[in-house]
Parts: sequence; structure tokens; C-alpha cells
Amino acid sequence: MAVTSATNLGPATALTCRECGANYDLGPRYACEECFGPLEISYDFGSITKADIEAGPRNIWRYRGLLPVPSNVADTPNTEPGWTRLVRADHLAEALGLRSLWVKDDSGNPTHSFKDRVVGVALAAARELGFKVLAAPSTGNLANAVAAAAARAGIRSAVFVPENLESQKIITTAVYGGTLVTVKGNYDDVNRLASEIAGEQEDWAFVNVNVRPYYAEGSKTIGYEIAEQLGWRLPEQIVVPIASGSQLTKIDKAFQELIKLGFVEDTPYKIFGAQATGCSPVAEAFKAGHDVVRPVKPDTIAKSLAIGNPADGPYVLDAVRRTGGAIEDVSDAEVVEGIKLLAQTEGIFGETAGGVTVGSLRKLIESGALDTGAETVIINSGDGLKTLDAVTSFARPSANIAPSYDAFKEAGLA
Amino acid sequence: MSSGSVSVRIPTILRTYTGGESEVKASGATLREVIADLEASYNGIGARILDDAGKLRRFVNVYVGDEDVRFVEGLDTPTAEGAQVSIIPAVAGG
Repeated sequence: MAVTSATNLGPATALTCRECGANYDLGPRYACEECFGPLEISYDFGSITKADIEAGPRNIWRYRGLLPVPSNVADTPNTEPGWTRLVRADHLAEALGLRSLWVKDDSGNPTHSFKDRVVGVALAAARELGFKVLAAPSTGNLANAVAAAAARAGIRSAVFVPENLESQKIITTAVYGGTLVTVKGNYDDVNRLASEIAGEQEDWAFVNVNVRPYYAEGSKTIGYEIAEQLGWRLPEQIVVPIASGSQLTKIDKAFQELIKLGFVEDTPYKIFGAQATGCSPVAEAFKAGHDVVRPVKPDTIAKSLAIGNPADGPYVLDAVRRTGGAIEDVSDAEVVEGIKLLAQTEGIFGETAGGVTVGSLRKLIESGALDTGAETVIINSGDGLKTLDAVTSFARPSANIAPSYDAFKEAGLA
Repeated sequence: MSSGSVSVRIPTILRTYTGGESEVKASGATLREVIADLEASYNGIGARILDDAGKLRRFVNVYVGDEDVRFVEGLDTPTAEGAQVSIIPAVAGG
């Protein structure tokens, strides 16, 4: 598929290999032809100002001037994700002994996870690049986001998921129509299959494979929003869950861009990563002092983070070490405790990934890696309604009584 | 050592070396030998898959059958007669 001179991807100017620096024209490519390294979008942001952003819509398109999308992107049908709430979490802070804590609650997106952000950007780029089908290998949240975005855009979707996925995530994908395929294997098997299909189906945009350079930029909007919602400044510490690692590296990229643009002061920040022990290849590499990530076979209830061969693992290690952060991992029991703590202190029902983040936050405090006196932001990337099985052990009624005041009294509920 | 004939799936970005073919035949008893045979047939392709030190590039995944070779013996992974080898960019997913 050739890119015509009419291609309009806003401030994006080129694709650049993160490994060897080779440059390519903007187009439907994702891996460097020289070294297989990941391609990143290069930009010319021109004279964009904070006022331009503040005048924009209350969704990710307020940052369209910083994304590889056409300037009129908000005019085409899309799910309008983003501008989710940044919740001041005083009760959770008190429970953990932190001075100041915020939760960036991305369960408030249209399909209830941060994936609507990346899919929004991927859809806009896929349209410009001439793709006809929106596709993805997914652990569930992405499947929801792709199926919904394609329905809204009026194009076909094709989503591939591991067959052992939570039933909630199967239903919340299938409801939007489109093609949903369960694959007899784990996410890494599905990912491999998608890469092979992407090589043959030329008009299929696999958002996180052949459109990944564009798609991944959507996660920058989490970083932009946190800074803007804090009044155009950076938090001192941020804890981010790690699956492929893309979200963490793009939040770092967003903070760096805001500093370079002069939109925030260049204050130091530390980035911390969170994984489930049953799939913790990046945490293991961090703790062992390695700069490469050894793939693992995942076994955890945090299925949305169960990527055993994380594409951005090495770059996560770079960003965390450069900023002075750390990476922690927690058991499935600690994941459930994390979900419970977030729900019961702040009224936020996170999915298992949120439990991983809260659990890891607690361990980072206990180990002393995280400064309890420094302002901290954590990411809740998805909605607990999609991973109900994780909480059935404790999320039950307090009592079952007859409809009489005597029964209420006898049950000791007064 | 016998040199079995294997089938190799070629990713899009390496098809310039194979005249556009997405699947080619090669021979070798191990993955290392198969890649050397590919290089003999398609000059230059070996250096795209292996780095200067002769190791698998970090953003390439290679499978023999269903197994990621990094989980088995890497370049020394045996390639039986009739095996399917797949070379796939690693930068995907998430």
C-alpha cells in the first residue's frame, strides 16, 4: 500500500527506528527493514500552544496537534476517548502511608479501559493509510475497543483472543458485531498468529502490529492529561502497569515532550512499573540487572497484563532506570487485595491490572523504593466489571434476611 | 549429520530478498544451518536476522514449529526434516 502525497497525519513527519536510527516515510510499516527494531513517529510540532490544547474538546483530540492524526480527526466518527478523571485518593494514601496520591482512572473510557485511546489514534491513522479492516490480537480490553471503534466508524473489525479469556471480555467484544475469533493458545500465540496474518492481508490494520507506531502514540495522552489535570506540572512519581510496556514508555515520552515544548517545568519524576508475578519478565530483568527481557509463559489472573514476550520490555527498563524508579511484581492474592483496597478506600472498581498496580505500589512503599513524601500518581487502566471472577471470594452480600425489621435487627445490621 | 529440508516463512520486510516469496525451502539440521543456507540462496538475508556477533537480533522472533526458539536451544534448535520455521518481527502486541 503506497502512501500518497494526500496523506495527512498532522504533525507526524517520518518513522524512525528506535534501535538503529534508520528513517522511513510515513506509511503502513512497523519494523525496521535493517534490524527489525520498532519504528517511532518523528514530529514537527510547529507553534502549538497550551491555549490551543485548552480550547480543544474534552477528549484525546485536544492533543491532536501532538499525535499522528489529521487535524480534522474529531470530525470523523470515533469513540472520543480520554479526559478521564484524575482522582485525589486521600483514603488510599492514608491506608498506605503516602502524603499525596492520585488515581488516573481510565476505566472511564467508552469501553472502560485505556485501550480506547490507542485505538482512536490507530483508527485515524488506518483510515489515512487506506486500510479497510480494523484488527487486533488482544487480551480483551483491546478487543472491546477495536470492535466498538469499528462499529462506530462503520468498518469491519476482526479480533483474535486467547480462548481462556474472561467471559465478560468475550461478551463485551462480541456485542459490537464484527469478527471475533478465539484461538487455542495464550496471548503470545495469538500475537504470533496476528503477525503472520498481517503479512498476508494487506488491507487489514492490526492496530498493535502493522499500525503499532501510530497506535502506541495514543498512550501519550495519559501523560498529557495527568500533567494538564495537575495544572500543567509533572508528578514526582508514577506507577504504571506493564503488559507490552508501551503505555509506560509513552507516558515517559509525553512528559519529555511537554518539557521540550515548555508546557511544564522540567521537574524530576520517577517511573515505576507493576507486573503480576505469574507474568513478570520485565520485573525479573529489572531485579537481575539485565537490559534484555527473557520471555516467560504467563500464569496469572491478571490476563490483561499476561504478555510473556513484551515488545517494549527493553525500553521500559531504560525509562525506569533513567528516572530512578523500580519495577515490582505481586502474587495473584496480592492482586485481589489490591482491587479490594482501591474499591474500599476510593470507590473505584479496577480490573486485575488495577489490582496489580495497587499491590505493587504497596510493595514499592514497603521496600523503600518509592518515597512516601513525594506526590504519586497510579494508573487504573481498566474496569473491574470485566474481571468479576477475581473478586467473587470476598465481594458478597453481608446478610440475607426476611423483609422485616426484626430480621434486620436479629442479623446484627443496625 | 543429515541436512533436512525445511519450509521457512519469510516476513514482509525480508521478501525483497526472496523475490517476493512468503515461503521458501532451506536445508539444515539446526536453525543456525538453516539461516546459513538461506544466506547462500538469498545473499544478505542472514545479516538481517543475525547481528554482527552472529546472534539472533533482539527484535526478531523465530519459531521452529510452534516453539519460540528462545525457549529451547536458540540457534542450535534442531530442525527436523519437514519442519516449519517462521521468522516474525517481535515488535507487536500489547
